[in-house]
Amino acid sequence: MSFPAITAVANVLAHAPGLVRYGSKPLRDIGQDPAVLEAITPRLRSYADAVAYAPNQVFIGNLDPEMLGAVPRPWFRALDGTASSTGAFGDLIGECELLGLLKLCDRARLVHLDAATLAEARAGLARRGIVTPDEMAALAAADAGAINAIGKSGEAIPLWLDGRVVGAMSRGHEQDEALTANVLLENLAAKATGVLAVRRLLRMVERRLGPGDIDFVLAGSEEAVGDRYQRGGGGLAKAIAESCGITAATGFDVKAFCASTLYAVVNAAALIQAGLFSRVVVVAGGSLAKLGMKYRAHVARQMPILEDMLAGIAILVERPGARGSDPSARGSDPSARGSDPSARGSDPVIRLDTLGLHTIATGSAQQAIVEALVITPLAKAGYRLRDVDRYATEMHNPEVTEPSGSGDVPRGNYRLIAALGALRGELPRDGIDAFIAAHGMPGYAPTQGHIASAVCYLAHALRAMRAGQIRRALFMAKGSLFLGRMTDASDGVSFILEI
Amino acid sequence: MIELKGKRVLVIGERDGVSGPAIEVCVRSAGAQVLYAETLCFV
Amino acid sequence: MDLEGQGRIKQVIEQAGSADVIAVLGANSSAAVEMTALTLKSGDPSYAGPLAGIALGIPSYHVLEPEIADQFERALYERELALSALAMDVAEVVAPLKTIRDSAPV
Repeated sequence: MSFPAITAVANVLAHAPGLVRYGSKPLRDIGQDPAVLEAITPRLRSYADAVAYAPNQVFIGNLDPEMLGAVPRPWFRALDGTASSTGAFGDLIGECELLGLLKLCDRARLVHLDAATLAEARAGLARRGIVTPDEMAALAAADAGAINAIGKSGEAIPLWLDGRVVGAMSRGHEQDEALTANVLLENLAAKATGVLAVRRLLRMVERRLGPGDIDFVLAGSEEAVGDRYQRGGGGLAKAIAESCGITAATGFDVKAFCASTLYAVVNAAALIQAGLFSRVVVVAGGSLAKLGMKYRAHVARQMPILEDMLAGIAILVERPGARGSDPSARGSDPSARGSDPSARGSDPVIRLDTLGLHTIATGSAQQAIVEALVITPLAKAGYRLRDVDRYATEMHNPEVTEPSGSGDVPRGNYRLIAALGALRGELPRDGIDAFIAAHGMPGYAPTQGHIASAVCYLAHALRAMRAGQIRRALFMAKGSLFLGRMTDASDGVSFILEI
Repeated sequence: MIELKGKRVLVIGERDGVSGPAIEVCVRSAGAQVLYAETLCFV
Repeated sequence: MDLEGQGRIKQVIEQAGSADVIAVLGANSSAAVEMTALTLKSGDPSYAGPLAGIALGIPSYHVLEPEIADQFERALYERELALSALAMDVAEVVAPLKTIRDSAPV
C-alpha cells in the first residue's frame, strides 16, 4: 500500500519583542498594573540575541535537536554570534520585517506603518527573497501625525519597534468584541507568519513546482477568526493561500487546540489518499496570545523574555508519484533507503493505516492515552518501541517552562512513553533514561502551542531520513480540549512517518 | 494519615501528570466528595 | 495555579466552607506542586491573584503520595495511576507537601 509523502517543510520564526505587551498574560497584567511593562521592557531581547539563541537555531534548521544537549545551559548565555538568521528550513526575521508582512497581509486597511519602517521592511524582506518589490511598493505608508492621532483615538493600538511607536493597528468595528484591534492583530500575526512559512516552502520547491500546482490548503493554528455572530467560525487557510499566489486551491481550517497542525497533516494525507488532490499545503501561523506567557518567572530570575518569537510552519504533502521523473526526487544515496529493495524513494510517507487516535472511550487515564497514541499504532504496524528512531512529542523549550514550575515538557512526555515500555516489559525499569537518550530529543520550540506539538520536528525528520540517519519517527500531539469548558476530555493524535 | 472518606476534595490535575478526571474517579472510589475539579495545562 | 483557577476555588470555598476540604494534586513537577500547595494554604505567594493575602488553610496532597494512593483499589490504581507513578519521581515531586502541611498556619 502506498501513502502520501511529506516532500518539503518550512520552519520560520519572527522576532516580536514589541508585541510581547499584547500577549495574553502581559496584556492582562499590564492592564491591572502598568508597572509590569517597566519590568518587562528592559528584559526584552535584541534581534541579534534571538538569532544567536541555540533553540531558535535548531528550530530554523541550522542545528540538529540532538546537538542541543551539548550546548551548556543556560542557553540564553551560550549565544553564538556567528549564527545566521537564514536557516536551512526558513528565516528568523526581525520585527521590522514582521511589521512589513503584517502590512502586506492586511486586506482590511487596519495596519498603519510609517514610511521609514515600511521602507526598511521592504528592503529586508526583498533581500530574503520573501517579497517582490512591486507588491511592497503598492503599500501606502501613514504619516507620523496620522499614526499619533489613530493611536490616541482609542480605536487602535500602537505598534512598537525598538522602543518607538511606528504604527498602529485599528479595530475592525466599533462594538464587535471579535473585531477589536487586539483580536485582529492576533489573527493577522498568525496570517503573516503563516504566509512567511508558505512563501519559504514555495521557494524550496520552485525548481519543480509553482504556486499554481498546489491543489488545496489546510490551516491548523489556534487563533479564532470571525465576528460577533461567529467568533471562531472563520479561518486563515484561504487568506494565506491568497497572499502566496496559490490561486488554484481552496481550503479550510482545522481546529483542535495544540493538535490542530498535526491533525491538519493527517487530513491533508487523507484527502490525497482518497484521490481528491495531489498536492496539499498545510500551514500554521504563530500565536501572539502566547507571547510572554511565562514572563513573570523570567523577570523574577533576571532572564531575558524568551517568549518573544512568533513561529510558523508550512508542510507540503504530496501524492506518491506526484514527483514524476524529476532527478531531484531521487535520494543521493540509494543504499540509505534501508534494506528494502522496493524502497519508496527519497520522501518519507505518512502511515495512514496506523494512526494513533484518542477516542472518547480512551478516557483520561495517562496509560490509556499513551497506549492509544503510541503502543496501539506501533503494534498495528508490527513495531516495538525501539523500532522508532525518534519520538516527536510536545517539544517546548525547557528553558522557557522550567522557571515557572512547568517542568521539562518533552522529557515528561518521554518518561511516559518509556515508563509504559517498562510496564510492558519492552524495556527494563532502569532503562528509561537510556531509552530517552536514544529516542528522545531536548525541547527547542518556542511555547507557541500547536507549533511545539510534534510538527516542529517534521523538517528535521525529513532531512535526517533523506540523509539515511533515521528511518522512522512517531509524531504525537496532544490537545487540551478541556480548556474550552465544553468537556473535561483531553485529545491527541499521532502518526508514524517513515522512509 | 488522612482518610479520604468523607472529605470534600478540590481536584487539581495536570495534563502530563495525573489528569483531573483520573484523580476524580480515584478519590470518589475512596468515599470523598468532589467540590471542584480541573486539569491544568501549562503550555 | 493560575489566577482564574484561584478565583473559582475562592468562590467554591465561600459557598461551601472549608471544613473537611483538602486538595488532591496531579502535577508532575515539585515546583508546580509547591506553588499550588502554598497558594491554597497561605495565599498566592506572588500576591497577584484572587487568593493574594487570603489564607484558605486548605491542605494539599498529591494523588500519588502513598498515604493517598494506598486508599485506592489495586485495579483502579493500575488503570489510572500506575503509569504516572513510574514516569515521575514521586518522592521528589511530593517532597514539598509534608513540610507545607505540617508548617504553622500563616
